[in-house]
Amino acid sequence: MNVPVENYLVLAALIFAIGCAGVLTRRNFIVILMSVELMLNAVNLTFVALSRQLVSMDGQMIVFFVMTVAAAEVAVGLAIFLAIYSQRRTVNADEISLLRW
Amino acid sequence: MEPSALGNVASLAYSLPEIVLGAAVVLLFLLDLVVTRKETLGDVALVTLALVVVLSARLLWGDSAALYNGAVVVDGFALFFKLLLALAAFATVWMSLGSREIQKNGTGEYWAVLLASTLGLLFMASSTNLLMAYLALEFVSLTSYVLSGFMRHSRRASEASLKYLIYGGVASGTMIYGMSWVYGLAGSLDFRAIHTALMSGQGAALPLYVALLLTLAGLGYKVAAFPFHMWAPDVYQGAPIPVTAFLAVGSKAAGFALMIRFFFTAMAQSVGAGVYQLVGGVDWSQLILVLSMVTMTFGNLAAVAQQGNVKRLLAYSSIAHAGYMLMGFAVLNDDGLRAMLFYLTVYYLMNLGAFVVVMLVANSTGREDLAGYRGLAWRGGALPAVAMAIFLFSLTGLPPLAGFVGKFYLFAAVVEKQLYLLAVVGVLNSVVSLVYYARIVRTMFLEQPTGGEGVVAVDWHNGLLLGLLTIGTLVLGVAWGPLIDFAGRSTHFLAY
Repeated sequence: MNVPVENYLVLAALIFAIGCAGVLTRRNFIVILMSVELMLNAVNLTFVALSRQLVSMDGQMIVFFVMTVAAAEVAVGLAIFLAIYSQRRTVNADEISLLRW
Repeated sequence: MEPSALGNVASLAYSLPEIVLGAAVVLLFLLDLVVTRKETLGDVALVTLALVVVLSARLLWGDSAALYNGAVVVDGFALFFKLLLALAAFATVWMSLGSREIQKNGTGEYWAVLLASTLGLLFMASSTNLLMAYLALEFVSLTSYVLSGFMRHSRRASEASLKYLIYGGVASGTMIYGMSWVYGLAGSLDFRAIHTALMSGQGAALPLYVALLLTLAGLGYKVAAFPFHMWAPDVYQGAPIPVTAFLAVGSKAAGFALMIRFFFTAMAQSVGAGVYQLVGGVDWSQLILVLSMVTMTFGNLAAVAQQGNVKRLLAYSSIAHAGYMLMGFAVLNDDGLRAMLFYLTVYYLMNLGAFVVVMLVANSTGREDLAGYRGLAWRGGALPAVAMAIFLFSLTGLPPLAGFVGKFYLFAAVVEKQLYLLAVVGVLNSVVSLVYYARIVRTMFLEQPTGGEGVVAVDWHNGLLLGLLTIGTLVLGVAWGPLIDFAGRSTHFLAY
């Protein structure tokens, strides 16, 4: 069975949109970070699908780097969450609002 | 006349600045384990960056070359930015050595992470491949998150770092999604190959437009342009002052470098005499033009409304300046580029100088709000007050200061291209910006201290840096010839 590339691209676009929606609507920073990771996974799916379509390895290669960067981002993110949590006992977006107008 | 890209080993000779910087990062992490006096590490960082400046300057007399099989290049444009970025990092390290915020939280990693961030900035200025560009940008982002949250026990700094991380993650995720579309449309990650594909009419205009919009999110976030600016006020206010200065000057310049290179080499075609033409049927110069007007107007209006924190006010001012610099981008020729490069250099001097004054006041009094500047000139801070006035009037663009010359070249390029609406909006914005810059100057000179503000002392170390930046701002206001010539020569991209 041969799945056309459009299907992958549409699926990736949907996942990306779900990630965006998650970032915008969720209030817990850990869930927000997970939504960002979802966006990056949509990117990976797009790259892999296009890579097969174009018969070029560039797309597959970049996916490895995107995954590594995503892992690094999570590591830094969780470290910051820990610092925040030890100060305020919360990682809720509504309660972290020292910096305003 | 088609030199090909050098291989990995042959490229090493051209990458001395990066090699030195990378080695210094590792060395600093190791030294941190054995050295007890942490300022020593700062001195090492300072010497390293001076060396990087010298090594980058030496390459100016060498040939341009495409390195590492076309991942990065060394050309006039990249070297201009490398020099500017290394100098920005140099001044940041100098500032950090005299900052009480940094000393109080003194650990050795700060210097290593700062140098690592600088390494990322150098790669941003020279990458010619979407993968390299993405990695360099993410490297700078990740180190910046750490730097801005560096005061671990400060609630303000942690919050700034958290917001930076979330906005940054979304912006760079959006950017790489856009890049994946560009890859799909052009079939390659290489700027030159993308250019060739678009020239041959490959790729439909509408998806390309969407891809560019998405890509612009990540780049616009680095330079703090309008719809992607939300992080800037919070992060600028929360981060330690030297880090704020580094983000305002370094990250912004590198963001512009990457943006210019991507749009001018992949999405445009040089038609001779320093004029570029769009390729791929996407009118991005119109888009940048609108972005420029909206960005400067928003930045200035928000700054006028901002009454309290001076760092936050400078954040809005830096958003407005991103808008001014985008004017040079929208005109799509070498004159505009030259004006941008010149303005970035001038901006480096005057904006960093303003942050040095903010740091001096915070060092002595621990205050960053406007009320903390009341009568600054009359309580020991005459030198910083005068310097601040010079920087702020230069940021406004008043003659005979460097900021005036920079704005003059920007407006000249815009008027020459007959973009009168943009020029009018730019001039009106400059007038509006006088309102809030002059408010600070008035507070410093015309209001009398009430007694509770404390005395502001200037040590020789910070005073020297302040003096150098002030002299730079004054000298470039009357003798700008050599720099504008250098900027003009640096607008050439290597077409390998």
